[in-house]
Amino acid sequence: MRIDVSHIAKLANLPLTEEEKKKFEKQLEETLQYIEQLKEIDTTGIPVTNTVTDLQNVADEDVARPSLSSLEALANATSTFHGLFKVKAILDQK
Amino acid sequence: MDLYSLSITESLEKLKQKKLSSVELTTACLNRIKKTNKALNALITVTDEAALDAAKHADLLRAQGENLPLLGIPMVIKDNFCTKGVRTTASSKVLDNFIPPYNATVTERLLQAGIVMLGKANMDAWAHGSSTETSDYGPSKNPWNKGYLPGGSSGGTAASVAADQAIGGIGSETAGSIRQPASWCGIVGLKPTYGRVSRYGVIAMGSSLDSPGPMTKTVSDSALVLQVLAGKDPLDATSLPHEVPNYSQSRENPLAGVKIGISDDYFEGVDKEVVSAVTAAIKEYEKLGATIKKIKLFQPKYAIAVYTILQRSEVSSNLARYDGIRYGYGRDRFGDEAKRRIMLGTFTLSAGYYDAYYKKALQVRTLIIDDFKRAFQDVDVIMGPTSPSTALPLGSSKNHPMFGEMADVLVEPSSIAGLPGINIPCGFSKNNLPIGLQIIGPKLSEQKLINIAYKFEKATDYHTKKPSL
Amino acid sequence: MKYTPIIGLEVHVELKTSSKMFCRCSADYFGKEPNTHTCPVCLGMPGALPVPNKKAIEWCVKIALSLGCTINKESKFDRKNYYYPDLAKGYQISQYDQPFGEHGHISLKSGKAIRIRRVHMEEDTGKLIHQTIDGEKASLIDFNRSGVPLVEIVTEPDFSSAEEVKEYLQKLQLVVRYLEVSNADMEKGDMRLEPNISLSTDPKQLPKYKVEVKNINSFRFVEKAINFEIKRQEDLLTKGKTPQQETRGWDENKGVTFSQRVKEEANDYRYFPEPDIPPITFTDAEISTLRSRVPELQEEKILRFGREFSLAPYDAEILTRDRSLANFFEESVKVGKAHGINPKQIANYIINKKVDTSTQLPASLVKNIVIATQTTQVDETELQKIIDDVLTENTKAVEDFKNGKEASLMFLVGQIMRKFDKKVDVNQVKDALLHKLHGN
Repeated sequence: MRIDVSHIAKLANLPLTEEEKKKFEKQLEETLQYIEQLKEIDTTGIPVTNTVTDLQNVADEDVARPSLSSLEALANATSTFHGLFKVKAILDQK
Repeated sequence: MDLYSLSITESLEKLKQKKLSSVELTTACLNRIKKTNKALNALITVTDEAALDAAKHADLLRAQGENLPLLGIPMVIKDNFCTKGVRTTASSKVLDNFIPPYNATVTERLLQAGIVMLGKANMDAWAHGSSTETSDYGPSKNPWNKGYLPGGSSGGTAASVAADQAIGGIGSETAGSIRQPASWCGIVGLKPTYGRVSRYGVIAMGSSLDSPGPMTKTVSDSALVLQVLAGKDPLDATSLPHEVPNYSQSRENPLAGVKIGISDDYFEGVDKEVVSAVTAAIKEYEKLGATIKKIKLFQPKYAIAVYTILQRSEVSSNLARYDGIRYGYGRDRFGDEAKRRIMLGTFTLSAGYYDAYYKKALQVRTLIIDDFKRAFQDVDVIMGPTSPSTALPLGSSKNHPMFGEMADVLVEPSSIAGLPGINIPCGFSKNNLPIGLQIIGPKLSEQKLINIAYKFEKATDYHTKKPSL
Repeated sequence: MKYTPIIGLEVHVELKTSSKMFCRCSADYFGKEPNTHTCPVCLGMPGALPVPNKKAIEWCVKIALSLGCTINKESKFDRKNYYYPDLAKGYQISQYDQPFGEHGHISLKSGKAIRIRRVHMEEDTGKLIHQTIDGEKASLIDFNRSGVPLVEIVTEPDFSSAEEVKEYLQKLQLVVRYLEVSNADMEKGDMRLEPNISLSTDPKQLPKYKVEVKNINSFRFVEKAINFEIKRQEDLLTKGKTPQQETRGWDENKGVTFSQRVKEEANDYRYFPEPDIPPITFTDAEISTLRSRVPELQEEKILRFGREFSLAPYDAEILTRDRSLANFFEESVKVGKAHGINPKQIANYIINKKVDTSTQLPASLVKNIVIATQTTQVDETELQKIIDDVLTENTKAVEDFKNGKEASLMFLVGQIMRKFDKKVDVNQVKDALLHKLHGN
């Protein structure tokens, strides 16, 4: 087994049940097997293509423009408190 | 003729001649939606009141002499385009209650061009799939046979336009999501060059691949809609600054001298009926003056692997923002397909595997791009089937973790390279399901694609056929 | 056993651009109402896309150039993926393998060079506030800071004491202030630092562990925190234990570091090229244009002040601690030249009188020096006599002064000065008067 499903789920911040983990482990294996085909292609010395547009140096002038109102910003939130988004207490660690 | 079955081009003509009002046209569409949507589940949000208001406003503007490019045209928009004040879910329950405070650039441009938005179209949840069966709001049905899938991910838009619920529609494609459902539903689907149409406000799937585009009843209609959508957007750093040509202008150009490339690999494993319809279409092109040239292209099966890696990796990052804090619900509401994709993408980007998967895929992407560049030195466009099959029965996608990739094998290589492509109807199977021909061109060749597609459409009547509903 | 501290430093500098890094919301968020400086982009709304801030990129490159870095001609942004409620998109747009600048250094007074590994551009996160609401602990988030441009400056583990770190930080702070790209105010969080500390018996050998210290918000505390950490690790090592690889917080009230998070495994940020932003490239011409826009920095200024104005290094250092003070000095030197005042006199005057350059103009400063130098000393006996006269004539003011009314002193000085028919040195008068008053 190459995929440590629990570890990947943790990285992905996905709450998975044990059942799901089992199911995905099998399905991910199948998909991985399929994409292994790429190994047949020799890519020695081939550059990567991150983007297909050939664009570069796209940037904006530093001019501030109006923001959303705090009402609009918070309108879709499940839980707010005095203009702030509210979540369950988290330890201050990163 | 029923009003709802009009094309955009026909509607605009009647509107301009004052033979028709937008309110009449919109009402006809809304009635059609009422009649058919329950069975088709093509739209998941219908904005009927707002639509009638917009239609009234459009009629008023026209009465005042206003002549916006799509003034008064009722259209449906795939539910992954943000629409200010109108629920936008990407067909996922994670966003069941999300009301965007802003418009996608595509939405904005359509509204500025005067359209009447009828509602939001169903899709595979997060655009993950080619069937609409991953939608949390249930699958859409194919108007040609309700026991069949419309394709996806823009299956709701395809079904809606094919069923004449709307005069035109908007979809988005990462690899196949416009062309494949257009093929399965028998309409025209144009996937523009990556960057030609802004992605701003389109709920991201594979960011280096996503391309919004028109899904319409005719080729001329797709030219009219693309005209409105295309162009540089200051809000999307990857949008192309290149000048936007007049897409309708040269559609009548003769095809003499046009070189069409055909690759045998694109016919391998394809249904016989599809092969014969597409072969017949290519013969028709010869009659129209084009020359056919056999070419060799990079095997599409490798494109599947490249696409799977790139798209899953980008998906894993793009879906990271859905934490239920600022909008929507928590990550436990993701469906199976989204979870699978997030998991695989997280894995392919993770330490120790990045080079073997993601980097390798980016390298093969270079090879695929170069391969197309070589091919387009010899030919103007490449033709082939859009999909290996006609529409598949409901339930086909279930428990196939790579169903979408397989259904989209023939459109994936061009998507990976960021190239434009168009699907046009080119026949029907024995059981009366539509067959689609795809035409792929080099970057920014939309004008040429429209020209070539239009000439076929003019010479045939497949696009005039309607499903009986 | 003798242990050598091995210290590396990561510093985040927040740029004072008008707008944010990837959207055009105002970046001036400090003290503003929560969530009033946000938009779909910095809130990480579905479909929103980043567009980089040109000025922020230029400023980052200027910082890198000022620190002697090589500028990568081909650069790009990458996504750094991790989850935290204050990180709106679930990833931070940063730079991974192609930062704007690499291989710079800052030289300390001792002549030792601290090598700078990289200078890169990224975006800030929202701000978390921890609070108890209705008896329940909650965390609140303000996204005003989300997406504000940050420049991260990472050193090699070249420091061997807290003093060196402090000197480096002061120099770095001065560089960004000279460039006028950040206020670099630690209390406001414009400049944030994370030292990583370990001890080794062999200075050439990196130890197997590393302790990162976070939440340090002043220069004073950085010294304290590092020294505390050195002592703590030394104690452990002396007892034969190995300190844990971990992240520790600094508690400024108790003056101690405390364990925040033990790393079970290395972070896996799954960096990949940001598909929403095309690559950034620089031509040689562009780099030299940016280089030409880097102002003269303190070290060069000190040398030049010595050379051009014959200032002692000590004086030159004081006058260049602030770019505007240095400019004020140079302006004054120009004005002074016409009045026969030399740079040394101006330097002395500014340093000794602690001149407030924000309220004074160079011209008026020179005028004051001219007056001060033109006044004549008066005969001491004559002065004593006049003082006596004035004190007798103004008993009320004398009484007031003795009761603590400072203003009365200047009133008396004025009375005395008026009795002379020439300009006299006010300081001489004041000194004599005070002597008299205190003597009585």
